[in-house]
Amino acid sequence: MSVDAATVRRIAHLARIAVTEAEVPHLQGELNAMLAFVEQLSEVNVDGVEPMTSVTPMEMKKRADVVSDGEIPDDIVRNAPETQNHFFLVPKVVE
Amino acid sequence: MTDLTSMTIAEAKAGLANKSFTSLELTDAHLAAIEAARSLNAFVLETPDQARAMARAIDAKIAKGEGGPLAGIPLGIKDLFATKDVRTTACSKILGNFVPPYESTVTSQLWRDGAVMLGKLNNDEFAMGSSNETSCFGPVVNPWRREGSNTTLVPGGSSGGSASAVAALLCMGATATDTGGSIRQPAAFTATVGVKPTYGRCSRWGIVAFASSLDQAGPIARTVRDSAILMRSMAGHDPKDTTSVDIGVPDYEAAIGKSVKGMKIGIPKEYRLDGMPAEIEKLWTEGAAWLKAAGAELVEVSLPHTKYALPAYYIVAPAEASSNLARYDGVRYGLRMPGRSIGELYESTRAEGFGDEVRRRVMIGTYVLSAGYYDAYYLRAQKVRTLIKKDFEDCFAKGVSAILTPATPSAAFGVGEKGGADPVEMYLNDIFTVTVNMAGLPGIAVPAGKDAQGLPLGLQLIGRPFDEEMLFSLGEVVEQAAGRFTPPRWW
Repeated sequence: MSVDAATVRRIAHLARIAVTEAEVPHLQGELNAMLAFVEQLSEVNVDGVEPMTSVTPMEMKKRADVVSDGEIPDDIVRNAPETQNHFFLVPKVVE
Repeated sequence: MTDLTSMTIAEAKAGLANKSFTSLELTDAHLAAIEAARSLNAFVLETPDQARAMARAIDAKIAKGEGGPLAGIPLGIKDLFATKDVRTTACSKILGNFVPPYESTVTSQLWRDGAVMLGKLNNDEFAMGSSNETSCFGPVVNPWRREGSNTTLVPGGSSGGSASAVAALLCMGATATDTGGSIRQPAAFTATVGVKPTYGRCSRWGIVAFASSLDQAGPIARTVRDSAILMRSMAGHDPKDTTSVDIGVPDYEAAIGKSVKGMKIGIPKEYRLDGMPAEIEKLWTEGAAWLKAAGAELVEVSLPHTKYALPAYYIVAPAEASSNLARYDGVRYGLRMPGRSIGELYESTRAEGFGDEVRRRVMIGTYVLSAGYYDAYYLRAQKVRTLIKKDFEDCFAKGVSAILTPATPSAAFGVGEKGGADPVEMYLNDIFTVTVNMAGLPGIAVPAGKDAQGLPLGLQLIGRPFDEEMLFSLGEVVEQAAGRFTPPRWW
């Protein structure tokens, strides 16, 4: 399989990365080189093989559903580019 | 005092214990070495004030007979580990001046045991790379050069800063991470020892995530013994990482010097690649002979799905990366570029903040997870991963204790030499190491010789799950036979 220019633009949008028209052909070439490389997986017989979900055989650990951390709003927002009163600021989302 | 930097951790521990020198003297010697080696670009942040403060504090403890297994030992920390109140960037523009209000579990255990932090080490952006050329701080220089040449060589990646700094005697050991070979490949390129522990052995909490089902932290050091000393402090169960395994941490150093007599060592025939350089082949044969001389039994084994590990990796790892890196959106931390809408803010921030390699991988990951392609790519790759792991299980079920392979298909290469036209050319560096991550196994790279141009080459040993001790015992045999290699100082 290979991707065309429209698909490259669609993937970029899904990934929320702005891509200029000038970058599309180059990206298309790179993505297709990677897809050509992984193409060899289609020759493997995977009939009846379970997909791996955990590399170490272990049960998912659980813990009590209680608050174990918190009351640190200063820490939470201290690296944010724009904040106000412990809120993150973003452009208006709802008109 | 100049030889304070050329000691091993084991030697420095003895020297500190018998008061031959203080941790502050040891730390100052390393800080001076770092300053004199800035042309290597191994450190992206030097923390001399913090280092001296930590050294003074630990000297006071040592004087009172307290301390810990790493008391007073100066280390470098890969910039992928969150360090409290010290800038952590993953060497990406998108994290900007991120200063974590918390400490990664692995580094907190090193400080608990008395280690001293010298600074943060360069790496490929988000650990995506095999040459340390994708870092937003620029490439790291390998202290090794080809004989009679001034060509600048890469130290490998992604833990290139860690490997370069340890090889150039800028720190006694370093933390590193390995998702497809990022500890073992740079170790092989710099004649250092690199350990990728079993998945779940070290906590991933507080380490910038790349591909969560593959990432593991581990040490890079100058000897097998030193790597075992560091491993003991780095490993251990952490309730904050649900994939960290709740089993005891053995005294890895005790495995050094243990007899390997009667151990069955597998030589996988699928690792004998067409066009493999003759010197790699020779090194591999030599390594097998050393283990045989130590009493081990060599057996040919088959890992039939080996060739599919790298393509499956380049689906699984980017898929997980595209998900993990969704958090970099310009809202909560890091870089922010303007946008009229929130969508535009995300898109412009991520376009500006991610480098080419990261963008490529996020995009391919997004594609293989997208509707209509998930089954053909991602699900199939996860099934192939099951088969890769089964290859190893079948081999271990036949009584094989460990597997011996070359660490890399070549020695270090020049800056700008690979991957310019086709990204896959760079990816092939990890052909011998990536299977280990796909199967969640432990692996160690040990320096074993030099190529015709005088560049170091390494061997890799792959172990059973949670049997890192076997790797330390076998690695020591290789180190004793091969000797140690130090680059001549030119910087």
